[in-house]
Amino acid sequence: MLLRATMFRRGRTASALLAIVVAAAAATAALNLFVDMQAKLTREFRNYGANVAIVAPPAELLPQDVLPIVESALNGRGYAAPFAYVVAHASNGTPVVVSGTDFARARKLNAWWQVAKWPDGPNEALLGIKAASLVSSDGKPFDLSFEGHTIRLNPVGTLQTGAAEDSRIYIPLSEFTAWTGVAPSTVEVAVSGSAREINTAIAKLRDALPRAEVRPVRQIIEGEARVFGKMRSTLLAASAIIIVTAALCVLATLLGWVSDRRRDFAIMKALGASQGLINSFFAGEAAILGAVGGVLGFLIGVQIAIWIGRVNFHAAVAPRLAIFPIILSGSMAVALVAAITPIFLLGRLQPATILRGE
Amino acid sequence: MFLRLVGESFLRQKRRKLLAGIAIALGVCVATAMIAVATDIGDKISRELRSYGANLVVTPQQDGLAVQIAGVDLKPPGSRAYLNEADLLKIKGIFWHNNIVGYAPMLSVNVLLEPGQTDVTMLGTYFSRRVKFGVENFTTGVRVTNPWWKVKGAWPGDDSENVLLGERLASKFGKEPDNEIEINGWPHRISGILSTGGPEDDQIVAPLPLSQSILGKPGAVDRIYVSAITKPEDAFARRDPRSLSPEVYDRWYCSPYARSIAYQLEEAIPHSHAEPIRQIAQNEGVVLSRIKGLMLLVTLAALIASALAVSAAMATSVFERRGEVGLMKALGAGNLSVAGLFLAEAVLLAVLGGIAGLAGGSLLAHQIGRSVFGSTISIQPVSGALILLVGIVVTFAGSGVAIRRAVISDPALALRGEP
Repeated sequence: MLLRATMFRRGRTASALLAIVVAAAAATAALNLFVDMQAKLTREFRNYGANVAIVAPPAELLPQDVLPIVESALNGRGYAAPFAYVVAHASNGTPVVVSGTDFARARKLNAWWQVAKWPDGPNEALLGIKAASLVSSDGKPFDLSFEGHTIRLNPVGTLQTGAAEDSRIYIPLSEFTAWTGVAPSTVEVAVSGSAREINTAIAKLRDALPRAEVRPVRQIIEGEARVFGKMRSTLLAASAIIIVTAALCVLATLLGWVSDRRRDFAIMKALGASQGLINSFFAGEAAILGAVGGVLGFLIGVQIAIWIGRVNFHAAVAPRLAIFPIILSGSMAVALVAAITPIFLLGRLQPATILRGE
Repeated sequence: MFLRLVGESFLRQKRRKLLAGIAIALGVCVATAMIAVATDIGDKISRELRSYGANLVVTPQQDGLAVQIAGVDLKPPGSRAYLNEADLLKIKGIFWHNNIVGYAPMLSVNVLLEPGQTDVTMLGTYFSRRVKFGVENFTTGVRVTNPWWKVKGAWPGDDSENVLLGERLASKFGKEPDNEIEINGWPHRISGILSTGGPEDDQIVAPLPLSQSILGKPGAVDRIYVSAITKPEDAFARRDPRSLSPEVYDRWYCSPYARSIAYQLEEAIPHSHAEPIRQIAQNEGVVLSRIKGLMLLVTLAALIASALAVSAAMATSVFERRGEVGLMKALGAGNLSVAGLFLAEAVLLAVLGGIAGLAGGSLLAHQIGRSVFGSTISIQPVSGALILLVGIVVTFAGSGVAIRRAVISDPALALRGEP
């Protein structure tokens, strides 16, 4: 009987179903994005570079195996790069800051560095744009001396950042140590994750390196927390608006759909059906409609979320299955409310009144 | 007769009309709120992104290499070029002056702390200085440009002789706020302990005039940090202004790219070199375009969803009335006049529901703006009118299909209550 009732009014049922599907899809997409976007946005924020600096205490060195320690503490959630600094002298006697680093790591950490060409061979140097004009304005190999030791370097690329890096010369760490005998004094770390995850990572780093100073870079951490918080609230508000209005819209559509069937209701009652039977009949129909709409809407909504993720973030949005029960029960609940309310109101009327069309 | 039919239909079927009207109003409401938020989010987020600090730096053109490791200046004095503090005001005179959120001049000078101690860097700057340019009054300094700087105690006055001590220096010397510290042999009051998480933790930060008098160069500034609201960099922004034709150059000059603002700063301040700070400026663009893109796509999805929901509501409300259609046709009404009646009702409903939705949506957008960003988000009258128009068209289209099906069906069947 349920099935026939649905089949019998294909047009009406289809449009009521459409309303549920659309609402469920919009709600799924909004919830899925809200959950997933936080991870995506955090990753974008990691482009700002290091948010934690690990510094050797005065007159001490960082342990030899500092990088493996840092990386095991990070557990894959971020990047780290070592930096060692000395002041060397160019052949004309000008002092210049020379830094030894691991280029592969520095490149990942500092995505904003504008580099013409990254060095990848021995004796190759990356020159800050200001340093380049001083030591090797013609791009020829140049000499640097530090405490009596001289090294000949090949400038392969220039670096422009608009900050202190412009005045520095970067060379591979192994050559730097062989030349100066100075070990890295700083490890810069970009931890990805929410503010709480960053704090946990800082605590872990402090435990792993009790002698070193682990300093949060507040400029980056606080800026991110602020912008991220605003974006999260905006998305939350937008999702809430979409979901609430979608639910109300479905409710309005379904109310019209159900109360249009007062004649069916009256006939059933006139033929002797009990109020309970009628209630369960209408409720069952609404529940089926809500369930079918919820499932279809979930599938469509996940597709929308995936599409948005791909277009905007060039990365897949993982479908969150945890949302499914929420969507399903939500659409069924809305459908049930829409079905029961008019029946409840009509229950007090005589079938004859309804059948007469009053 | 036609008007009476429409009027009676609204009067007699209040409940049905109300439900369809609510659906339309909700659809328009979502559309309005989302469009208002999406169009304004770029502005709001760029303002929030300024909490990352300055995105432009102005240095003297003849500036040599900075020889600085971990905030300690190792450069021999005497070989430095300076900018003139008096030129700072011109920053507020450039084309994009409204986009300048704030600026902070810096002058670092090495000083001796306490008798017998090694030298540390003293940074002279504006904290929160009131500046007057023309008729405009504004406040600028590190408290505007570097909101992550925290002070235990009080900020020094911009014309005082008091200083801020970086927190690592403070713990090294065992100083508290309100203690005194000897700088180059002269006692100064420490008004507060500064914590920044950056090199300033190992420095002394002082009002600009104090560091100028220690250096012996009144009016000297060695760099200026400028915090400006910019547009994300694109291929056009990266073009060299000198290679552009006059019209293209004007377009480049009048776009708030970090590079064009830097170019204008160089023009305004004599003998200067201005440059975007890439860590801040470039990532700002990336984050901003991602957030804008996200809101745009979410809005698009919400618009499609609300259009479909309105269509579904209208279709349902027409299907309900097939008996009525049958009756009208049985009494001799033509297809055209029946369809006209329904469409007129739909339009009337769309206008009423649309206006209610527009009002509700603007209110929602306003609330989001106030609670999230602390400033209002308002909908432009043009987009408001456009949304209303689209709402009417959608209602029209949504009921169109259902009306067509109702009109072409056999009145006898409809009256018998069969599909």
